[in-house]
Amino acid sequence: MKSLNEFVALFAEQFDETDASEITASTNYHDLDEWSSLIALSVIAMVDEEFDVALKGDDVKNSRTVEDLFNRVIAKQ
Amino acid sequence: MAFLEFNNVRISGIAAGVPSNVASNLLPSDQDNISHDYSPEEYVKTTGVEERRVSRTLTTADLCYAAAERLIKDLAWNKEEIGALIFVSQTPDYVLPATACILQDRLGLSRESFAEDISLGCSGWVYGLSTALGLLGEHNVRKALILCGDAKKRFRVDNQLRDPLFGSAGSATAVEYCVGGESIKFHFGTDGSGFDAIITPDMGSRNPVTLNSFKAEEFEGKTSLRLMTRMKGMDVFSFGITTAPKSVKKLADHFGFDYLDADYYVFHQANMKMNNMIAKKLKLAPDKVPSCMYRFGNTSSASIPLTIVGELKGKFESKPTKFICCGFGVGLSWGTVAFQTNSIVVSELVEVDDLEADKKYVV
Repeated sequence: MKSLNEFVALFAEQFDETDASEITASTNYHDLDEWSSLIALSVIAMVDEEFDVALKGDDVKNSRTVEDLFNRVIAKQ
Repeated sequence: MAFLEFNNVRISGIAAGVPSNVASNLLPSDQDNISHDYSPEEYVKTTGVEERRVSRTLTTADLCYAAAERLIKDLAWNKEEIGALIFVSQTPDYVLPATACILQDRLGLSRESFAEDISLGCSGWVYGLSTALGLLGEHNVRKALILCGDAKKRFRVDNQLRDPLFGSAGSATAVEYCVGGESIKFHFGTDGSGFDAIITPDMGSRNPVTLNSFKAEEFEGKTSLRLMTRMKGMDVFSFGITTAPKSVKKLADHFGFDYLDADYYVFHQANMKMNNMIAKKLKLAPDKVPSCMYRFGNTSSASIPLTIVGELKGKFESKPTKFICCGFGVGLSWGTVAFQTNSIVVSELVEVDDLEADKKYVV
């Protein structure tokens, strides 16, 4: 099973313009300038590939921080 | 376990019809709903849709009719021999009667015909194909048509903007009884818990049309009426990238073949991001995964036959060719089919002018 740190790194890889150092477990990703529905699709695809979990739109919308989202992924595994 | 296998049947021909009118996403007009959050170039890069065919006049039945007439001619079929017509669409000409009944008469098919509508979207071609094949037999119907697609919407307000992801298309697929040959194999699945992932809330019996249906509502950041189709984009994306690859694998496992042995993989053309992900997960060679969304957009249940006509015509008809095709979407509903073609007829793409809209079956 992947750790929270690994999840944060994979999450950060989905962004093109946001530096990985700006994204930590406690980052509220909705506040990032680059966050968009297209990045959300990339995150859903990453979670499917790396965790074999099918996230719903509500999981991505209702989680606030990267750690919240990680916890949802783990709960669905 | 919804696996099906049909023997002594073949797909004899495929045709597709689109409006002749082209709408470009690189040069959008004031009728196109391209968000101001990104440029047309960015939109095209992400979705893969450069242009699509649009008409405010032609219905799905008009496009399917044109495709069917061309296909019957190219096959040199006698219309009297066609015993069944299946119309698959979520944009029928009327709430009632079934559009298949109108098309029976419009095409000049026998009154001794089986005709029915199936209400499915992006999975529809695979479902319609299996339904038609199930009617065939030595002492049953010998020849059948599946007419399938989506076009002009059932509802629009004045000056309503067009969704740049979707295009209009109809298709005709001809199947017939024939002894021998490879069987045609299917896997199907359904998940009605996702019924509202893509939904038109009003206009059915659950929520009949009332004055409330015309009030603007916010849905997923866009203004929508309850008479318009709405989509939970992230849910549909997640569903597509997980379900389509699994369905292909289940079909191959159940029938004991290697899915990597097929010559072509034709998926419903949802959007480029989703389709690339599906192909990557199945480790398919890109040259075996044709795509037509760059010029037609997402054409709902017509997208699989339209891809075969638009991208593969002239490349495979005369030699034995193995296909795996998978449709997935509204329902939620999905289906995968494996078949082999040999001496199949693929008609030239039929371009339909607005003037060809039906004038006879109009009240």
